[in-house]
Amino acid sequence: MSDEASQKPTRRTVLRGGAAVGAALTVGHHLPAPAANATPTAGTTRPISLTVNGRHVTPAIDPRTSLLDALRDEMGITGPKKGCNQGACGACTVLLDGRRVLSCLTFAVMHEKQEITTIEGIADGDSLHPVQQAFIDHDAFQCGFCTSGQIVSAVGLLADEPGIAKDRIPEAMSGNLCRCAAYCNIRDAIESASAAMARQR
Amino acid sequence: MEPFQYIRARDVGEAIRVLADNPTAAVIAGGTDLTTLIRDGIRRPSHLIDINGLDLAEVSARPDGGLRIGALCRNAVSDKRIERNFPVLAEALRSGASPQIRNRATFGGNLLQRVRCPYYRVPEFACNRRDPGSGCAALSGDSSRQAILGTSGACVAVHPSDCAVALQALDAEILVRGPRGERRIPIDALHRLPGRTPAEEVTLRRDELILAVELPPRASSERSHYVKFRDRASYAFSLASAAVAVELRGGRIRSSRISLGGVAPKPWRAEAAERALNGRPLDKDAIDAAAKAATNGAAPRPDNTYKVSLAREVVRQALTELKGD
Repeated sequence: MSDEASQKPTRRTVLRGGAAVGAALTVGHHLPAPAANATPTAGTTRPISLTVNGRHVTPAIDPRTSLLDALRDEMGITGPKKGCNQGACGACTVLLDGRRVLSCLTFAVMHEKQEITTIEGIADGDSLHPVQQAFIDHDAFQCGFCTSGQIVSAVGLLADEPGIAKDRIPEAMSGNLCRCAAYCNIRDAIESASAAMARQR
Repeated sequence: MEPFQYIRARDVGEAIRVLADNPTAAVIAGGTDLTTLIRDGIRRPSHLIDINGLDLAEVSARPDGGLRIGALCRNAVSDKRIERNFPVLAEALRSGASPQIRNRATFGGNLLQRVRCPYYRVPEFACNRRDPGSGCAALSGDSSRQAILGTSGACVAVHPSDCAVALQALDAEILVRGPRGERRIPIDALHRLPGRTPAEEVTLRRDELILAVELPPRASSERSHYVKFRDRASYAFSLASAAVAVELRGGRIRSSRISLGGVAPKPWRAEAAERALNGRPLDKDAIDAAAKAATNGAAPRPDNTYKVSLAREVVRQALTELKGD
C-alpha cells in the first residue's frame, strides 16, 4: 500500500491539503481538520537543522512548530501519530538522543543538535528491531494507531532498563495508551523483546 | 501572526537580560506545559528563551549535608542520594508523569507549571487567573476537581505539581538569580494564594531565573513518604496527595512535615496535622488526630466534598506506611 503511488487522493493527501480539499471531496468534514490545532507555520518561518533517523534535514518552520508537526507536516515522517496533542496518549513518542519523549510537547527548533529517532529509524534496513518483531509475534496491536509510539517507547524503555521485570512493564509503559486495550500482549511482547535483546548481547 | 523570537540563551546572564528587557518573554526548558499553553493561545510570549543549553542540570552535595538539584535536572532523575535521604521526593517524581514527560520536564519548570483547571485551559471560558477581572467559570461550573483549601472568590484552581508537595515537606529553598543578584525563596513562599489577584501566581519576579532547588539536611527528611490518590492507576493529576516527613527520637515524634497536593492552589502545608503529631508516638491515635487536623479550614464546593475525606485518608495512609523503622 503506497499513498504516493496512488492517482486518487488518499486519506493522507486529503489531510495534508486541509479543509479546502476536504470540502471539495465532500468527505473532508468527517476528518479532523489539521489546521484547527496545528502549530503556526507561516509568518516567522526560518530554516532549522535537524538530524532525523540519521539524515540531516533543514525544514523552514515557525519556531512555535511542535516537533511532531515538523516531522509529520514538513518532513512527511508520519510514524509518530497525533493522538491527543497534549501529552496524554504517547502516540507521538520519539527518541531524543536515545531517550523517549513526546514530540507533541516540544518545539522542533529546540533540538537542532540532537539525534531524533522515529519508528521509521528503528529497524536495521530490512531487519526488524527485536521489539518490532516481538509486537508481531505477540499480536500486540489491533487498530495500530498507537503502535509506532508503543514500539518507540518500548525501545527507549529497554535502553534505560535492560531486562526489566515483567511486572514493572505496565507502569513503565503507562505513558502509552491503547484504546483497543492490547495491553497484555504489549507487555508480553516487551518482555519477549527484552529476552531476545539479552541473548543478542 | 504575532511577532515572535526564539532565543537560545548562552549563559544565565543573557537569559536574565532578555527577561528584563521584554515584559512578555517566557523561559522554556522541558516545555511539557508551555508548548500546550502557547498552542492553545493561553500564553502568548513575544520571546521564547530556550535555557536547555545552560549548565544547570547537576545534582550536587552541599557542604552542610543537604543536596542541590539544578533547575534543569529532569524529573526522570535517578540519584541514590535522593532515593536514600529524601525518599518522598523520589516517590513524588515517579508518581508525577509518564517516563516520556519526566525525561523532559525539569525541576524549575515543574515548580512554575500552570494550573490544570479546565476553565483556565480553554480560553472561551472566563478565568481571573488567565484574564484578570473576567470572572471564574469554575464557580458556576464543575468543581469536582477544584480546591478545598486556600481558595478565594476569584479562583478555586488546584496546583498540579507532585514534586512541589514533596519539596515542601523537605523544607526546600529555591535559588534564583535576577539583575540584582541571587536570593533564596523558601518553597512555601514561592506560590501565592489566589486572593483577589490569582494571575499573580508566584513570588519569582519576572526577570528572575530559577537556578536550583536546595534541600537542607533535616532529620525528618529520611523518614518521608508520598502517597497520591488519582482516578486511575495510570498517570493522572492528583485528586489528593500527601507528603509526610517525620523525625522520631526515643519513640516519639520530635518534628514533622505534612504537605498536601491536589487540594489547594499551592502545595498546602498542614501545620495543624503536624502539631497533632509532635511529641507523640507514631501510633494509630496520633495518626488519626493528624489525619483529622489535615483538612482544618477546608471549604469544599458542592462537587468536591469528597476531597475532605480523601485528603484525610491520604494523610492516614502515608503516615501508616511510614510507621516502624
